This record gives sequence, C-alpha cells and structure tokens, in this order.
Amino acid sequence: MKVRAQIGMVLNLDKCIGCHTCSITCKNVWTSREGVEYAWFNNVETKPGVGFPKEWENQEKWNGGWERTKKGKLRLKMGGKLRILANIFANPDLPEIDDYYEPFDFDYQHLHTAGDSQHQPVARPRSLISGKRMEKIEWGPNWEEILGTEFEKRKKDVNFNEVIQKDIYGQFEKTFMMYLPRLCEHCLNPACVAACPSGAIYKREEDGIVLIDQDKCRGWRMCVSGCPYKKIYYNWKTGKSEKCTFCYPRIEAGLPTTCSETCVGRIRYLGVLLYDADKIQAAANTPNEKDLYQAQIDLFLDPFDPEVIAAAKKEGIADNWLKAAQRSPVYMMAMEWKVALPLHPEYRTLPMVWYVPPLSPIQSAVEAGHVGMNGEIPDLKSLRIPLRYLANLLTAGDEAPVERALERMIAMRAYKRAQQVDGVEDFEVLKQVGLTPNQVEEMYRYMALADFEDRFVIPTSAQAYAQNAYDLKGECGFTFGSGCGGGDSDLNLFGGDKKGVRKVIPVVMKD
Amino acid sequence: MNLDLLMFGIYPYIASVIFFLGSALRYDREQYTWKAQSSQMLSNKYFRFASVFFHVGIIMIFAGHFAGLVMPYELWELLGISLAQKQMIALGVGGFFGVICFIGLTMLVWRRLFNPRVRASSSLMDTLILLLIYWQLILGIITIFVSTGHMDGHVMKDLMSWSRYLLTFHPDKAVAYMSDIHWIYKAHVFWGVTLFVLFPFSRLVHIWSVPVKYIGRKQQIVRSRHPSKR
Repeated sequence: MKVRAQIGMVLNLDKCIGCHTCSITCKNVWTSREGVEYAWFNNVETKPGVGFPKEWENQEKWNGGWERTKKGKLRLKMGGKLRILANIFANPDLPEIDDYYEPFDFDYQHLHTAGDSQHQPVARPRSLISGKRMEKIEWGPNWEEILGTEFEKRKKDVNFNEVIQKDIYGQFEKTFMMYLPRLCEHCLNPACVAACPSGAIYKREEDGIVLIDQDKCRGWRMCVSGCPYKKIYYNWKTGKSEKCTFCYPRIEAGLPTTCSETCVGRIRYLGVLLYDADKIQAAANTPNEKDLYQAQIDLFLDPFDPEVIAAAKKEGIADNWLKAAQRSPVYMMAMEWKVALPLHPEYRTLPMVWYVPPLSPIQSAVEAGHVGMNGEIPDLKSLRIPLRYLANLLTAGDEAPVERALERMIAMRAYKRAQQVDGVEDFEVLKQVGLTPNQVEEMYRYMALADFEDRFVIPTSAQAYAQNAYDLKGECGFTFGSGCGGGDSDLNLFGGDKKGVRKVIPVVMKD
Repeated sequence: MNLDLLMFGIYPYIASVIFFLGSALRYDREQYTWKAQSSQMLSNKYFRFASVFFHVGIIMIFAGHFAGLVMPYELWELLGISLAQKQMIALGVGGFFGVICFIGLTMLVWRRLFNPRVRASSSLMDTLILLLIYWQLILGIITIFVSTGHMDGHVMKDLMSWSRYLLTFHPDKAVAYMSDIHWIYKAHVFWGVTLFVLFPFSRLVHIWSVPVKYIGRKQQIVRSRHPSKR
C-alpha cells in the first residue's frame, strides 16, 4: 500500500443555478491574457448539448483518454508512443480554434467617439486573433446557454446514447436541462501526462494537482488531444499549453480555489482524499467500463483506519492532512453517502472532480403528480431527466449508482420535511435508501446548509513542510517560466514577449 | 582579405560560435521561449499535408547533407561507391525530397503570408526564417540542374573537401576548394551558414528538443516539491 493524498472536489449539480460566477472569476484570475482569450479553465455548460469545445465528449471524434486494447493493455486512445511521435508534425486529433470559438471583442470605443449620424452607433465585433472585423459571431464559450441553438444540433450530445426515443426530448413539453460546470479533473491516471512528449506535465505528489511546467513545455500539443475533457488549452501566442492549476497558490495557503470560493450557489466542496497509488494502474484497466466507478471507489482509503494512518505517516503525509482527511466533505459525499459520482469514468483517467446528480427537475415533477411512487419515494425511472442520460454522464451507463444517489437525496428531503413541517420522524423512508438518521442529519448539514468551513477543509502545505522552508528561500512565486530572472529587459533577442502587457488591437474607423 | 576567405573560411566559424553559444544561452536563460510555436490550431486546413511534407522533406535533406558533407569520402569508397555514383544518389534522393519539401513549404509559406490568423500571430522572425528556408531550398534545387553539367562528381568532392578542412580547422586549405565552383553553390553555402546564425534566435531551436526520451519514459510523472523530505 502506497498512500497518497489529493485535494478532490465535488460539485453539487442539484444546486447549480448556472450563474457562471465560477467561470468569470477564474477567467479574471487566470486567462485574461493574449493567447488564451478562448480558454476557460472553468466553464459551465448547459446539458444536453455538444458543449465546449464542440462535442468534447465524443471520443470517436477526438480520441481523448485511455482505452483497453484487445490484449488487455491500457493505452492512450490516440495511439501508442510511436504513433504520437509520428504525428508530431501535425496532430490529427487537434481541435481547431473554431471548435472552441474565435475569440472576439467589441469596438466599444466607437460608442464614445462616433460623430453625428442618422443611426445610433454600434460596437461591432472584432477578432482577437487576426484583429479583423467579424461580420457574424458563429460560436462562443457558452453558445448553448439555457438550451440555446436548435435541438437538432444539441442532440449530438453523446450522453443521449441508448436513451430511448431521444427525439422526444426536443419537444417543448418534454425538454429538460441541467448545468454542468467543468474544470480540469486532476485525474489519478491523467492522459495528458502520458501524452506529453516533453514530459512537461506532472502530478504533484503532495496534493495531486496536475500542472504543466511552462519551462519544459515545447508546444507539441499532444496533451490537448490526450485529455478527454479537453481541459488543456494551447496558448497560440506563447506556443505553450496551459491548464487549470487548481489555484495551487491558494490551496497551499489553505484557501479554496477561486471557482469554489466565489460560487454563489455554494455547490462546491474541497477536501482531502487518501488513495492507494499502487492500485491505480489496475483500477484504470478494469475490463468492464461499468465497473470503473466501483474500481475508483476501491482506491480510496478510510482515513480512520489505523493501518491507513500508519502507512500514510510512513509516506510522510503530515498530521494536519490526516486530520483534514477525516473531516473531508469530499470523502463523505463520495464514500459514505455515495451521492457524488465521477464524470465519465469510461475515459479511464480516474477523475478527481466529482458530481452530485441534479434532482430538482425530478422533484418538481413528483410534486405535480406526474409519477408513480416506489414505496416511500417516487419512482425515478419515469422522471424528467432520463436516468440513462445521467448514467452516461457519471457512471459509464450504470444506472444503479445514479438511482441510489438521487433516492438518498429525495429521502433526505422527505425525512427533513416530515421532521420540520409535520413534526414526525419518518424512519421508513430512510430504511428504504439505507441511511441512518445520523447520516441524514450530516447530509443535511453539508449539502443543504453548506457552511464555508464544512465545504472547504483544506490543510495548508506551509505547516506540513515548515521544517523545509529554508530550502524555499529566494524562490520565485508564480512565474511564466524563465525563473525569476528572465523577461524584465525591454529587448529580448530570443523573441519572448514582455510579460503582462496586453496588446490591444487599435480600432480604425472608416466611413 | 579576399571575399572567399571571409565567406567560406571565417564566417562559418563565427556562425558556429553563435549557433552553439546562442543555443546554450537561450536554453539556460529563456526556457519559456523554447518551443515549436505551432500554429496548427489557428488554421488546420491542408496543414497536415503541408507540415508533414515539409518536415519529412527537410529532415531527409538534412540527413543527406550530413552524409554528403561530413562523412569522409573514404568511407564511401570503402562501401564501393564511386564519386560519380555518389553524385547520382545525391541528385536522385536530394531531388526527390527537395520536391517533397518544396510542395510542403510552398503551402506553409502561403499560409504564413496570406492566412489572416497565422499572419497576425507571426513574429518577424517566424516569417523571416520561413522565407529564408524557402529561398535556401530553391537555391538547393537549382544546384541540381547546374550539377547535371558535370556528372563526374569533382565539384562534390571539392565541397566535401571544403567541409573536411573546415571541420579539421584548416580554413586556408578549405577556402581553396571553393574558388572555382559555380556561384550557385557559393550562394547555397552562404545562406546555409546564415541559417545557423539565425537558428538560436528563431523557433528552429525546437529541433534540439526532438522528444526521443519519450519512448523510454514511464507513462505517469509525479513530482514532489520536497524530494528530500524523507
């Protein structure tokens, strides 16, 4: 057993209101720069839809993630190492910028400077790459917002696979939607790391954050295709790939990531998970896709088990990390209550950002009396968001875990409603979903009340490694490579851009 | 001082110093600028065809120049290949890959100059180095036609001797071999050496970073911030 710790995240989709605050704060902090205007380390998609970039989930098209070969070996879907190197001159699986969207800005200044005219002046769009006028904006980072675009296009969403009569969900009365905020999954078996020819991408041992070494990246752009979540972005200006950093400077200081801290719906949770690193390869190579969820759950270790604690201490995991693991909200939701599920486990990357499936549309249908009851709780099978759709999204098509998660959340509501409104303890409903009253009270505290201190249990790394702080003296903080030294002089023979200067394309108005 | 000595006896040494020292300095000081600077994601149309043709062509041409100029001619004799035969091989192989490279490079030059996205994101050096390679390739292809006028291989031997004496630090002897060859060869050599001068300041540095180590490395990389903690 080789114990490692990782800060994992859970997003409670049941409470996501799709306000995009996470995306905007993330953008402002990390990608408000030339070259990554199109990049959203965090974005929120409306499902069903093809998403961002277009059809990112369709691995027949993009060849992201891993696959199990016929001989039972785990291999990148884009091919073995030799095939990757053979494609180094031109990557056949690379999305074009139009698959994301051509970044644009508007000529706002024109509104201030326009002279007298018969018609109102307008701010017209302009490409942020070529600087040229864009007559029509064809696509954006959130084009399908609240079911934008016609169903004919959105139904390409691969999560509709095996959903019977998917066309009926295009009808107004039958339509459904949910929000899906997405960021880098900081996987246990990251495909981007394996695809990087330069060896620039790595997973941090102490907190599991996956980062790209900007100094070592040579811009071979294989990671962009390797990542099945399409969460690595090629910076066309600097020629290097960039990705979500899980706000590691904040995490190290014990603060939540920007997206989590600013989430107004309080849907995000951060906590420590202990796992057995020796079993990663075997788990990722589980023969049946539908067993991958269980295989990943089996990797996680019980932070109260004395054996685990001893092994963790042997690996040098600090006491404050073990303490944090014991009150980790992520562990509770994924392991104890089993309400959080991984996103697309079939990619075999063992993702570490998990999701609580959305319930609200189901509940409102129940209240309207549309569905039959299954014992104490409504029969989920006849509800608005097809179970199959959620299962394709979260459990490689296995409906049972999704059903269990949804039923437990409904049971929590039914129990608390009976308790608060009717003044009775409805133990029957709990028995049906296998929860104890104590567990439900905890679920209620964490998922409904969701206090800041309960949502974010992040041990600082400063305390854990304080004895080694001497080695860090004089180190650079966050830089764009070239150490503390480079890039300060105005003249650079080697063609590096001056950092932190955004070049604004001058607007020339013609009559 | 005569011009031949300057261009073919001294300039190559200056170029080498700039090439090696410049590369080393950039690698040490400016890692963040060390990259291939691909523009594939900005415009992917016909890119795969063009880029593969260009790269395959130019790598084979580079290998050909290495075999032709750096490998000693005694080695060729040992293999039982006469000078005339060697010239035939050089013209055939060089011509074939020259054309392959030319097709790809023409498409890439067109793309760099006339695709609005690619053009806007190009630095001056990006365009300059591409045009210089294009110019050099065209000069190289023209030498093929000039070479057909003397198929006995003596010009090639002169050029091989030039590079041999340069590499063994006898620039005076080396330059003597360059004195009475056709100007097209001289031009090709001069611009070829110039490419080495510009190399460290351009995106060409990605050639140093061919990721051969990838083949042997483990799939996953885990880094510890404090390797000494245990």
